[in-house]
This record gives sequence, structure tokens and C-alpha cells, in this order.
Amino acid sequence: MNLPNIALWGFVATMVLTTLMAGAQGLGLSRVSIPFILGTMVTPHRARAGLVGFVVHLANGWIFALLYAALFQSVGHATWWMGAAFGTLHGLVVLIALLPLLPGLHPRMASERRGPEPTRALEPPGFLGLNYGRRTPLVTVFAHIVYGAILGGFYRVAGV
Amino acid sequence: MSRLPTHPPGIGDYAIIGDCRSAALVSGDGSLDWLCWPRFDSPSLFAALLDPDVGGHFAVRPAAPCRTTRRYVGDTNVLETTFRGADGVVRLIDLMPVSSEEDKHQALVPDHEILRAIEGVEGTVELDIRYEPRPDYARRRPRVRDRGALGFCTEHGGQVLILRGDVPLRVVESGAVHGRVTVRAGERRFLSLVFGEGEPAVLPLLGEEAERKIRRSLEWWEAWAARCQYAGPYRESVIRSALTLKLLSYAPSGAVVAAPTTSLPEHPGGVRNWDYRYCWLRDASLTLQALFDLGYAEEAEAFMSWLLHTTRITRPELQVLYTVFGEAELPERELPHLAGFAGSRPVRVGNDAHGQLQLDIYGEVMDAAYEFANRGGTIDRVTAGLLTGFGHAVCRRWQEPDEGIWEIRGGRRHHTYSKVMCWVALDRLIRLHEEAHLRGDVAAFRAVRDRIRREVGQRGYDDEAGTFVSVLDGHDVDAVLLLLARYGFVDPSDPAMLRTCERIERDLGVRGLLYRYPPASDGLPPGEGAFGICSFWWVATRAAQGDVEGAMRAFDHLLGFGNDVGLFAEEIAPDSGAPLGNFPQAFTHVGLIDAALTLEHASGTRKRRSGTERIQQTGVHL
Repeated sequence: MNLPNIALWGFVATMVLTTLMAGAQGLGLSRVSIPFILGTMVTPHRARAGLVGFVVHLANGWIFALLYAALFQSVGHATWWMGAAFGTLHGLVVLIALLPLLPGLHPRMASERRGPEPTRALEPPGFLGLNYGRRTPLVTVFAHIVYGAILGGFYRVAGV
Repeated sequence: MSRLPTHPPGIGDYAIIGDCRSAALVSGDGSLDWLCWPRFDSPSLFAALLDPDVGGHFAVRPAAPCRTTRRYVGDTNVLETTFRGADGVVRLIDLMPVSSEEDKHQALVPDHEILRAIEGVEGTVELDIRYEPRPDYARRRPRVRDRGALGFCTEHGGQVLILRGDVPLRVVESGAVHGRVTVRAGERRFLSLVFGEGEPAVLPLLGEEAERKIRRSLEWWEAWAARCQYAGPYRESVIRSALTLKLLSYAPSGAVVAAPTTSLPEHPGGVRNWDYRYCWLRDASLTLQALFDLGYAEEAEAFMSWLLHTTRITRPELQVLYTVFGEAELPERELPHLAGFAGSRPVRVGNDAHGQLQLDIYGEVMDAAYEFANRGGTIDRVTAGLLTGFGHAVCRRWQEPDEGIWEIRGGRRHHTYSKVMCWVALDRLIRLHEEAHLRGDVAAFRAVRDRIRREVGQRGYDDEAGTFVSVLDGHDVDAVLLLLARYGFVDPSDPAMLRTCERIERDLGVRGLLYRYPPASDGLPPGEGAFGICSFWWVATRAAQGDVEGAMRAFDHLLGFGNDVGLFAEEIAPDSGAPLGNFPQAFTHVGLIDAALTLEHASGTRKRRSGTERIQQTGVHL
């Protein structure tokens, strides 16, 4: 695996994904904010939550980039469209499998089943993250497609 | 005093709640009819104030007719409305929760929240709850979705409103939630509305957590009010005015908005409807001094900091008004889909006065800077350069006609007060230099200052009447001339000033109040009310002239025009005493505070620590 290469492009792809999602927030397309959600798992302090969440999100971006690199290595080559296809799958996994797990994992997130407890106040994402705006699935999948396309387009498969 | 609520509510039937970032108006019958989130000048979410049919509201009102009494709980901005019906008594507590920054970091709390607590006091009372959000000045009618235990959710353009309550509620149509609840003695129910933008919302928690928020808010406001250093006979009115002024301040930037509303008419059914959710520089000097004098140095310094930061954008020219973040563009638009308060159309948002020329603001800003320096504030090099730049702008422009302090839209004139305030600007600049706050050559400023003084003495003074006049070579008086002594242009006891005061009282007085200028002289249809702050200026001037008893009688009379919770609008209808115009109005409350402090000073029970006193003592006789 080409580690320096995936570290660089993993960083770039995560930054682009974060910027796209933050841009969507700014434009009022969606209220999903993965750094905010991750950060508030650690602290209720909003400013600190933003910073902590950003660092955790960046680390996640690198970890997922390693997974992408492993997939490219196993196929034997990397193209932008293959990365985009992995990104689509990745976005769907986030929306369908990971986000619904959050109310159970997040110490400050309310659960739709039980109703908010005194210490749990953060709005849960709901199915496909739709509680954060009806364009949330589109924004999330699109940002992950771009993430995957960057990795696929720029990653140089080792040993070829 | 208990009373039956009026339908539709009058301007004085409203009380304000807020969190120093935004504010809401609640009517005497428990309807929240005006709310803009996330900040004062954001598009409204409820605007029944401006159109009861389509504007949107959030009402918690008795199902059967009740008598109501209202008050703020102690020295706080927590509103308590008591409904007394045939079968019982119930209390409604309304607030935007506030707490210290430290508390906010301990728990995840909503950024913007309105909490409404219902408390059964005696017997039973049936309450009707109606929640109809209409975002974007009621141009949108969004769907309200019932998310069960997570509340009722309304989304619009990346923003979300969530209503939660421990009372039975249901969506009755796509854009409305209704409920009916019978509250028994000893029961306590909660409704909470939160707003989120750009990130997952923080849901409002009820029960014990809501109780905690109310307790924390009461403590926070009481601690804030306890810092007030006024201990004179008008403490209750002064504290209420200070609390209102605090509510109208925008904590993130330090700005103070003129009022939280737009288009409340200066004449019911008329066209004098303006948007006041912005910050006027003309209010700067008196607001700053009121805050300093009451002991709120932190707020005064934040306001000064906003003032200096904001004015850098348009330097060396000053604009009349800015937004809370100092944006200079405020295009005025009309909202034809809203019927207006009591049919007063058009409803306007934005304010074209931002494009006017009002030369008096140079004097007001410079006087505020002088006050700030006298209270120990530092004038750094950048600020010194800024102030000197304003001085050059005054030298360049003082001979131009302007729209004047009252923003008359009928063309520019040579207003005496504007010229005097140009004199004030240069005078304060020279004093800052003399007192070593500024460096540089001020000889040119001195020459222009003296020229302005001569010009006002020759052309702003009517030899025949022996009084100052509103425009150069004119014959009418204007209530703003009362401020000539306030800013030290002339001694308060100068015969010319005494005659001017008498004439202002004779020409502009009505039932113990003052019009700002002769009625119907501004080119707009007649019907304007008496002007609140002018009436308070008159009290302060009389007190400064030594007529303390007369000033106190006038002040007592004026205080009677506040509504049941002590709030004042911009104007007062002389015949009915009803408030007119945007509500509540910061400048009127600043005038109230200033008059109370001047009275206290004049009666010898208080020493004002400001530079103004020194200037007033050296006031010049004509």
C-alpha cells in the first residue's frame, strides 16, 4: 500500500468532504454536521466540540482512506469513477447504517424511541439523516462521491 | 391592576422577553405575536403583531374570558401573566432562558429558546394552545411534522423550529398545532420552543430541567439588575429601563438596537411605519452615558467597541444606522402581503434612512468617544486616527444641508441642531487633544469650531423671538434644541436657552408631553404623537436649570404613560396616552434614565462622574 500517497490524498479528500458539507450547512441545504456530532460526544462545550469533532473527523477520513487504498490494491488499479462508486456505497452506509446507531452511542443525543432524557438533548438524525433536512441524503452521498473520486483519481497503487 | 385583554391587542398590551440576541413580544392575553430568530433583524417567525390573520403566533390563552394582571418577576426580564377566570387562577411565565457562559459550557443547551411555564394557582382553568409558525415574514407556510416525543418540527431553508410540551398537542392542519389543557391548582406544565440553524438542533428539555432554567434566568437577571448604581426615588422605573436597554443590546457585538419591531405605526392606520431593528449612531452618546452612569461599564465598553469597529467600515463618513454586526447596506422593502398593525400600511423591512446625511451623528459619536476616554477608556492610535478623520469630515461637510436628526424625507435643510453637533464634534476632538488623549495639530479644528459657533449665533437664533430656531434663518422651534445645553453649546440658564425652553413648551407642548416639531410640518400625513424622549429631555433641561420640583412633577406625569409593565414606545398619543410607534423603544428608555439621573444630580443627591458635567459647567452664554 502506498502509505504517503494515501495519507496526502486522504487528507485532501477529507478536507474537501468537510468543506462541501459545511458549505451545504451554510447554504441551508442540510443541518448535518459530522464534526459537531462527534465533538459533542466528548464535551457539551460548543466551541471545543467543534474543534474536537474536526480532529476526530479528520482521523476518520484517514482511516477510511486506508480502507479505500486496500480496495484499490485488491482490484489492482484506481480510477476516479471506481473511487466515486466506493464513495456512493460509503455515503449510503453512513446514512443507512451508521447514523441510526448514533442515538445509542452518543451520550448527549436523544433517542426517537425513548424520548429525550434530562441529559440527552441533541436532535437525532432519523432515517437517512432526514431530521437534519430533506436534502441531507443528497448532500451526504454527493460529498462522499467527491471524497471517493479524489482518492480514486489521485491514489497510485503500490507495486504496479 | 387586573383588566380584560383587548382584541386585537394595542401596542401597550405587549411586553418584551429576550436573551440579548433577539426578542419576542407577548400580548396581555398570552399570545406571542412577534419573534425574529436568530437575531433582531432576522425575518420574523411570528408576526401576528403586523397581521393577526396570516402573521403566525404562539398563544397560550384561557379558553373562557379571564381578567389578567402582568408583571416582570422582581428585577428580571421574566414575564408573569396571571389569568383569573370564574373557576380558578393560572399563571403563565414567559422567558428566553439566559445563563452565564460558564453554565452554558456545562450542558448542551439550545442556542435560542422560549420557555413558557403554566402554573395552576387556584381551582381549574382551561387553556387553549395555538402554535402557528409562519417563517420569513409569513411568506412561508411550512409543514409542521409531529415527531412524537421529539416534538413538533418545522423546517425552512436550513433552519428548524421545534416545539415540545408536556401538554396534549396535535397537528390540526399542515401548518398549525393546537391543544387544550385543564390546569389544576399546584400543577405545572411546560412548553418550549427552540430554534436551530446549520447544525443538529438541541432539543428543549422539560420538567426539572425547565425549572432549573427558570431559576437560573431569574438569578442571572437579578444579579445583573443588582449592579445598577442608581438609588434615587425612581429606582423601579430606572431599573426597568435598564433591563429593557439590556434586552435591546445584541450581546455578540455590543450593539444596541432602537427597538425590536418594525412598522408599528406612529399614527394608527397611517404610513409612518419604519423598521427600527437596527442601531442608530445618534443614540450613541446618551446610551453610553446612561450605561456608564448606572454602573454598567462592561456594556458601555462593548457598545463603544461596536461603535468604533462599525464606523471604520464607512470612514471617514458616518452612516446614520448599521446592523448589529455593522453592515452598512439596509435596503428598504415593503411587505404588501401583511395587513400592518391596525391596518397601518405599508409594512417595511430595512431602512432607507441609512442613505441619508445626518451631520449631527458626528457630534454624538465624538461625544461618546470623549465620555469613554473620560471614564478611563483608552483611545488607541487607530481610534485616534479614526476620530481625527471624522473631524476632517466635519470641517469638509458642516456647511451642507442634511436630513437632520428626525430623518425627514422631504429634502435636506440647514438644521441648527446638526450645525451645533458639528461644533460638538470638533469641541470634543479639541478637548481630547487638550487632555492628551490625542496628538496632532488641532488649530484648523479650532477655527472651524469657532466659525460654526458664530454661524449658529447669527442664523440659528431668532432675534425677534429671542430663541434658537430649528433651521438656519427659520422661525420655528424643534424639541431637539433642548439638547443644546445638554451638550454644552450654551449654558442651561442662559436667557436665550430659558426663552427657547419656554417657547418649546408653548409651541410643542400638549398635555404635559412634547411634539418633536410642529405637527404636520414633515410633509407626511398628519397624526404623529408626542415624542417620548423629547418629553424626557424637557424634564432634564428643567432640572439642569434648577427647577427641580417642576421637573419632578413633569417626570411623575411622564412615567404614567408607560404601560402596565413600565415599557415606553417611541411616541405617545396625546389624547389617549396610548403608546405609538415601535415598541419598546431604547431611546425613550435612555431618555428616562438620563432624566432620572439629571434630577438626582440637580437635587444634589448624586455626583455625575462624566465629562459632560465638566462641559455643562463651562457652557457658554450667548
